[in-house]
Amino acid sequence: MIIKVKDLVCKFGDICALDGISLDVKKGEVVVIIGPSGSGKSTLLRCLNALESFESGEVTIDGTKVVKENKSVHKIRLEVGMVFQQFNLFPHLTVIENIMLAQRIVRKRSAEISRQKGMELLGLVDLSDKIDAYPAQLSGGQKQRVAIARALAMDPMIMLFDEVTSALDPEMVGEVLEVINKLADKGITMLIASHEIGFAREVAHRIIFIEDGKIVEDGPPSVILDNPKQQRTKDFLSKVL
Amino acid sequence: MLDWLAEQIILHWDILQYLIPAIPVTVLITICSFSLAMVLGLIIGVMRISSIKLLSNFASIYINVIRGIPLLVQIFFIYFGLGKFLNLDRFTAGVLAVGICYSAYLAEIFRSGINAIARGQHEAAQALGMTRFQTLRHVIIPQSLRIVIPPIANEFIASLKDSSLVSIIGLREITRAGREYYSQYFVDFQTWVMVALIYLIMTLTLSRIVKYLERIYAVEGFGSKTR
Repeated sequence: MIIKVKDLVCKFGDICALDGISLDVKKGEVVVIIGPSGSGKSTLLRCLNALESFESGEVTIDGTKVVKENKSVHKIRLEVGMVFQQFNLFPHLTVIENIMLAQRIVRKRSAEISRQKGMELLGLVDLSDKIDAYPAQLSGGQKQRVAIARALAMDPMIMLFDEVTSALDPEMVGEVLEVINKLADKGITMLIASHEIGFAREVAHRIIFIEDGKIVEDGPPSVILDNPKQQRTKDFLSKVL
Repeated sequence: MLDWLAEQIILHWDILQYLIPAIPVTVLITICSFSLAMVLGLIIGVMRISSIKLLSNFASIYINVIRGIPLLVQIFFIYFGLGKFLNLDRFTAGVLAVGICYSAYLAEIFRSGINAIARGQHEAAQALGMTRFQTLRHVIIPQSLRIVIPPIANEFIASLKDSSLVSIIGLREITRAGREYYSQYFVDFQTWVMVALIYLIMTLTLSRIVKYLERIYAVEGFGSKTR
């Protein structure tokens, strides 16, 4: 098990964002997390790389415990790449500089090697012609693909996608999902919080339905999407499908 | 305008001859004290937003105390007060006083510049494994600096003008030179017009340079200006 989550509880003031989540993810597994807004999908992902600290419970990534107030947290973040809804590219750097920065200062790679790696990944996300563009010159879909390349450049074992298509114009959703699909074929472990049910069916090995900070149902797409056992899952799916 | 200026320069050449050698002193005081203020201001500004209470409290007290005391009093304090123990010469004392005073204002500007950067930028950098320091150094501060160029330039121009205050401890910069000329020849009106003119030419030139800097440091689509 590459990710182990046990009895995870995360609170924001009085609001209980995660209420006892337990979850194991195998290496190479693609897990899509679905659920209504505010159900805790993002919070769960953010706990996995310690962007959010939690009240109680345990998160283990490849045998290392995640604790926010700990130096080892940087090591864990190296192994866990994250892509955000709002892209969060560095606006003062060009596309290739965005991808090179962390490789240089965190992975301590030479400029040459990080540049080469960057070019390679820009090829993968089909943006080789935008190397020297600034983020503001890109469309939303292009920005998100750069963000994916930037996260991949660190050679993470796990990739987290936090509603990466929610801020995109509809015509750009496809190009981003296509990239994620390619990664799934490469066997990278991925956790994807998403509202794209069609995409989930296509890419997921496993779908988890979360509501009110609890896992309601967990299983392969054929079960969760077509024959859900829980009434709450049925209700949710009838609203989004 | 230019004709009038040329006429004045020829007419009052004897005054200018006296004042011009003092220009480098003003420039040097301004550059030295502002460099000090930039370094101190950035450090204090970062401390101000630190999550370590001790640091942020110290920075907060520093800013409030320094901003709450007139620069003239700070000059007296450093030259006559501290200078007695530390044996400071006029130049060092003047530079220290102006530098420390402006560092408090710059710290607040840096702080607001850093706070203006969206939370997502911190998170993206940290998610890539950067430490807090690396995040500030490579992601946040480079973006903040572009935001704070205009207010910092204002402070720079203000510090050039305020450098005239160090004339009080006998540093022979432009204002001091003006006073000396006046007390020798008793021409008051023309002397101070010339002194004012020199400051005005310097500050207007600086404003131009700042506009130019803003242009070359602009990143396409980032902030309000485009290349």
